[in-house]
Amino acid sequence: MTSLLAVAQGDLSIFGKDPFWLVLLKTLVLFVALILLTLFTTWFERRVVARMGQRSGPNRAGPLGLLQPLADGIKLALKEGITPASADKVVYLLAPMIAAAAAMLVFAVIPVGPVVSIFGTETPLQLTDFSVSTLYILAIASIGIYGIVLAGWSSGSTYSLLGGLRSSAQMISYEIAMGLSFVAVFLWAGSMSTSQIVAAQASTWWYGILLAPSFIIYLISMVGETNRAPFDLPEAEGELVAGFHTEYSGLRWAMFFLAEYVNMINVAAVSTTLFLGGWRMPPPISTIWPGANEGWWPVLWFVLKIYAIIFVFVWLRGTLPRLRYDQFMKFGWRVLIPLSIAWILVIATLKGIQNEYQTDLRTSLLWASGILLVIAALAFVVDVRRVAETVEEPPEFDAYAGGYPVPPLPGQEFTVTRRAKATVTATAVPVESATPIDEEEQS
Amino acid sequence: MSTLFAVVETSGNVGETIVFWVCAFVAVAGALGMVLSHRAVHSALFIAATMMALAVLYVALSAPFLGMAQVVVYTGAVMMLFLFVLMIVGVDSSDSLVETIKGQRLAAIVLGLAFAALLVAAVGSATYQVQGLDAANTVDGGNVQGLAHLIFGRYVLAFEVTSALLITAALGAMVLAHRERHTPRPSQREQSEARVRSGYPQNLPGPGVYARHNAVGTPALLPDGTPTDLSVPEPLRGVSAVVGVDHEDTARVIALAAGRAVGPADEETES
Repeated sequence: MTSLLAVAQGDLSIFGKDPFWLVLLKTLVLFVALILLTLFTTWFERRVVARMGQRSGPNRAGPLGLLQPLADGIKLALKEGITPASADKVVYLLAPMIAAAAAMLVFAVIPVGPVVSIFGTETPLQLTDFSVSTLYILAIASIGIYGIVLAGWSSGSTYSLLGGLRSSAQMISYEIAMGLSFVAVFLWAGSMSTSQIVAAQASTWWYGILLAPSFIIYLISMVGETNRAPFDLPEAEGELVAGFHTEYSGLRWAMFFLAEYVNMINVAAVSTTLFLGGWRMPPPISTIWPGANEGWWPVLWFVLKIYAIIFVFVWLRGTLPRLRYDQFMKFGWRVLIPLSIAWILVIATLKGIQNEYQTDLRTSLLWASGILLVIAALAFVVDVRRVAETVEEPPEFDAYAGGYPVPPLPGQEFTVTRRAKATVTATAVPVESATPIDEEEQS
Repeated sequence: MSTLFAVVETSGNVGETIVFWVCAFVAVAGALGMVLSHRAVHSALFIAATMMALAVLYVALSAPFLGMAQVVVYTGAVMMLFLFVLMIVGVDSSDSLVETIKGQRLAAIVLGLAFAALLVAAVGSATYQVQGLDAANTVDGGNVQGLAHLIFGRYVLAFEVTSALLITAALGAMVLAHRERHTPRPSQREQSEARVRSGYPQNLPGPGVYARHNAVGTPALLPDGTPTDLSVPEPLRGVSAVVGVDHEDTARVIALAAGRAVGPADEETES
């Protein structure tokens, strides 16, 4: 019971005390669960996207087509793994392993549930946790990029290289916005440990509501980070065949596929943990039914929250067309990152005031985030209208700019200058025929 | 290194000893590989492995924040940018061994010695004036808090100067890479309008569409059999690189397509 209290208060001392067999068991269960969830997610995505497109999706293998991913997996395992002659062999084989391994590592610090008893041992439903486990998530994500970049480079193919370059640029850019969106959570929770962040949300509102701008920025950047539609530019099939994994086949390709889906589950789990209260059921239900946040029930809430986020992923894929690359990068660098920094400034100020005067500033925080969101929305509307209204007129050509006769720059045309006009009116010749262009056309 | 050994010996923890030897081996092997490998990308990979081994050692030495910052900043950001540049430079480019800066070797030796002296001093002071991690952590109530207190308190000037240096370097890179545009960039709308007005809004024919050969220089044949230059890439167009069209051959194809009987033309297709 003391350990239960420890988790409720967000104490890290309960971690690192599991017996060896329990650590092994948790690792194994996480690994198997991630593989199974990947299989389920592929089925889920295909069914949901099919329903959005008025189709039925895979429905032949097994009940509701649930065994379809298994059949696909067996097909992939039996396919030939081709290694291009121009590939850098070692790196080519290493890349999918890095991608898949990095994807698997993130779940080690995700809290799945409260303290439970497994074979008589009281233990939290989380492999491990330490004071900077959220930074660990960012670190592992940055290692995962290596898999994609190296795959693109080592394949010895132009499409792969371009896809790898694109995805590294994309993931680095969106990782900045992602990291910045965490900062508000760190400041408000006063901790960088995942279990403490979940515990901190129990006593207040979900950070997804309290820190809405951070949540929105995270939702956008997580789509960019996982290379999913509408930000799936590294594998834009119209331009790059399949991007970084063009040259991969068989099980090696399957590892990239696995990494992509596990990464989807990862970012969904991180957003659940940081912004949606983690494994906890929110007050209206938890006050009626106190048992909802005890025992094994929270695992169910956690999985449901994850699949709510994954549904958003699928929804985006089924709804939005792919962005153009320059628009996408512009959005990341010119919108998301400045917005995050402005929001962090607001948060830091409010947190400082709260610490200084010991007041509850939750309502002012909501006001601040509301104002910021309204400003962002207004800026967006103004920007769209300005772009729509701007009729791009080339700058007027001045043949005597700076007092010397100069040729027109590209895109400019000869026009009647003031001096030419004066001569024209003096000699009473029609203005049009006096321009050099018309003379050329007549000749 | 001596401090690491000291920690390993005093703690007497078997797990820690294993972690130390594995990471030490990876770190040293990575450092050697970085110097010895021929391809720049391999060097970058080796140094990334070294950095990650160091990060694991930091975590094992109860400095998780430092370890994570090491991976995020160095492995994730700095090495990734290096890799990015190396990839743009090219897959097969080899190192140039010409020394362009005068006195490069001398400067390298002097700076190397200076760095070694600095390292010896730092390790020495850490070895002989040990405060202990717990004592250091309790001062500010935690490892991260202690680091924050030092960086933004005692060393705030050095921190700001370093950040000014970094910003200057970033600005310099931007200025060097900046290219002035003389005309406004055509918008997507303008590009599409120009395309429609060009009289050929659809995709250009690919090489070998309806043609008898699929080399890039071979002009494609339109459905009626006339050759078109549009399939030839701009730089090759109009140059002698454009392969001539065998019109008799084309005529045979048209005849075949129309279902007309074509006599044996083997002597023609010999060439």
